[in-house]
Amino acid sequence: MSQPLINWFKFASPASFYPLAGKLWPWFAALATAFAAAGLWISFFVAPTDFQQGEGYRIIFIHVPASWMSMFIYCVMAFWSAIGIGFNTRLSGMMSSALAPTGALFAFLSLWTGALWGKPMWGAWWVWDARLTSELILLFLYLGYIALTAAIDDPRRADKAGAIVSLVGVINVPIIYFSVKWWNTLHQGASVSMTKAPTMAATMLWGMLLMALAFWMYSIAVALYRVRAIILERERHATWVAELPEMQR
Amino acid sequence: MNAFVAILRRDLLLAMRRKSEMLTALFFFMIVVSLFPLGIGPETALLRRIAPGVLWVAALLAAMLSLNRLFAADHQDGTLEQMALSPTPLALLVSGKVLAHWLTAGLPLVLLAPVLGLQFDLSSRALGILMLSLLLGTPLLSLIGAIGAALTLGVRGGGVLLSLLVLPLYIPALIFGAGAVEADMAGLGAGGHLSLLGALLALGLFFAPWATTAALRIALE
Amino acid sequence: MLQAHGLACVRGDRRLFSGVDLSVAPGQWLQVEGANGAGKTSLLRILAGLSPAAEGRIEWEGQPVAEGRDDFHARLLYLGHAPAIKDDLSALENLQTSAAVSGRPLDEATALTALRRIGLKGREDLPSRVLSQGQKRRVALARLLCGQARLWILDEPFVALDVGAVDMLCGILDEHIGRGGMLIFTSHQAVQLQGNGARLELTK
Repeated sequence: MSQPLINWFKFASPASFYPLAGKLWPWFAALATAFAAAGLWISFFVAPTDFQQGEGYRIIFIHVPASWMSMFIYCVMAFWSAIGIGFNTRLSGMMSSALAPTGALFAFLSLWTGALWGKPMWGAWWVWDARLTSELILLFLYLGYIALTAAIDDPRRADKAGAIVSLVGVINVPIIYFSVKWWNTLHQGASVSMTKAPTMAATMLWGMLLMALAFWMYSIAVALYRVRAIILERERHATWVAELPEMQR
Repeated sequence: MNAFVAILRRDLLLAMRRKSEMLTALFFFMIVVSLFPLGIGPETALLRRIAPGVLWVAALLAAMLSLNRLFAADHQDGTLEQMALSPTPLALLVSGKVLAHWLTAGLPLVLLAPVLGLQFDLSSRALGILMLSLLLGTPLLSLIGAIGAALTLGVRGGGVLLSLLVLPLYIPALIFGAGAVEADMAGLGAGGHLSLLGALLALGLFFAPWATTAALRIALE
Repeated sequence: MLQAHGLACVRGDRRLFSGVDLSVAPGQWLQVEGANGAGKTSLLRILAGLSPAAEGRIEWEGQPVAEGRDDFHARLLYLGHAPAIKDDLSALENLQTSAAVSGRPLDEATALTALRRIGLKGREDLPSRVLSQGQKRRVALARLLCGQARLWILDEPFVALDVGAVDMLCGILDEHIGRGGMLIFTSHQAVQLQGNGARLELTK
């Protein structure tokens, strides 16, 4: 490693990242709560009732940010995987595996809220809409990652295998999305689209943005918290872990 | 290149001496396809509509059946170590194995598909497009499947895990493959679908051997 | 010349060994010793380049192995625990295929000579399925007779061999060292090789 990079790589070591993550996560959790409170207030009390969809449309304040986050988190996982393969840093794999459950949770949330929204709007719990279908496949990719890393006993090997899965997945996500869209246009039956909502009021956009920020902060807080647990579990035999104040009790 | 040919030859030879495994996958393909009319009913118009999808899904499943043993035997008997220590790049040897897999597990499906298509009353033109789409698509299945097979090598519950990993990645091939036949039957022309399938194949040929090699090295550590 | 400095191996939570230095020059052999689970196989796999070392570096002819992997592997012959024998292929086919995969294709006559010398006369064309454990081992060892590898890394080469075969293998190893080859091996048996040798005891 060349010298100038040393400051960055200092935090790539689990021993120095552990206390940092411990200091940071409460702040992100607080931010998440604040953004969520503001976002929910706007989405429930400020945003006007939609003249076509009534009150039911308000679920998109959860649905849309959750879909964004589920895709974004997958990209972040792929980013960490690439770093892990490129620089052989231990922390990257831990970050990926800390993010995966949150990403899967958001993908599931997006599908769930999509179904809840779809029932009154389309009269069906599930419609083979291109976005919903891609989201479902994204959930499968998350589950594949989680299942594979859970099935491999050696954590280092699990990290590396997971890194390959997420990189292969991230190349495939745009291809899958494109192919599903293509498939959708060929089969005209289900051409209802979630984005065909009438022009969005500015307050609605704000609500959505605030909720997206809240989810974002939540993801960071949870990932940091989870990565702390992973570090402790993997490094339980290291001396620095034994010297931690929380281990002295 | 010699090593590539040697691996290809060896795997074909092994497949020839273990014909039953190859035939099992083929019978599986035939049975799955034949079950659909029994489950749905013999109405010709309906069968014709679902035929491309049914044949393609059955081909996906049949190609997956044989993925488990793509690297497992080599891993167990130490051949994989010798391959990793060859002065020939491992990615090239892996390509040889994938080609052998396609020749023994993919190509037979392509050849058998038109016969099964007759059960669904497909026109000869549609049968031709079906074969063409499978010809372009099944190598892709072997290439992507090899990544999954390498990743699940020596992993608990590898077989089920393999399908969980690989099937979502097969979706584009399924959509364009089955779509080609449907588009042609709807009079839209299959050209677009087939070119996209070809593009995916080119992409797979380029990337999949590297990803597979990386996964194999992890399994060997 | 193979040199290694400060090698360490970590398996899961356990550190198998660390600070292992070794060097093998032409005409030298090195026997790696240690209790079960001391990491003998792991060390050989690290030296062969199959798995990465947790710490330390390996040099071949003064160059780090990582920089000239293919060159190094062209000069290396590694035989692991598993004999790399396919049950459905005959001894001859096994030998020819493995030689071709290692980049040294073998004509049939040379392969047959090697198989006969290793004591498999009359069994060249039988499927390896019907061979005994020791005979399979011999098929794998026949590779020693038909390559030009300078460095041999052999993991428990004497396992499953009868007394006669052990003597024969010792002869083959002596010959290799006499030609200026290098040899690293593990064995639970006390074997006496000629030439310039050393032992390395793996401890925690």
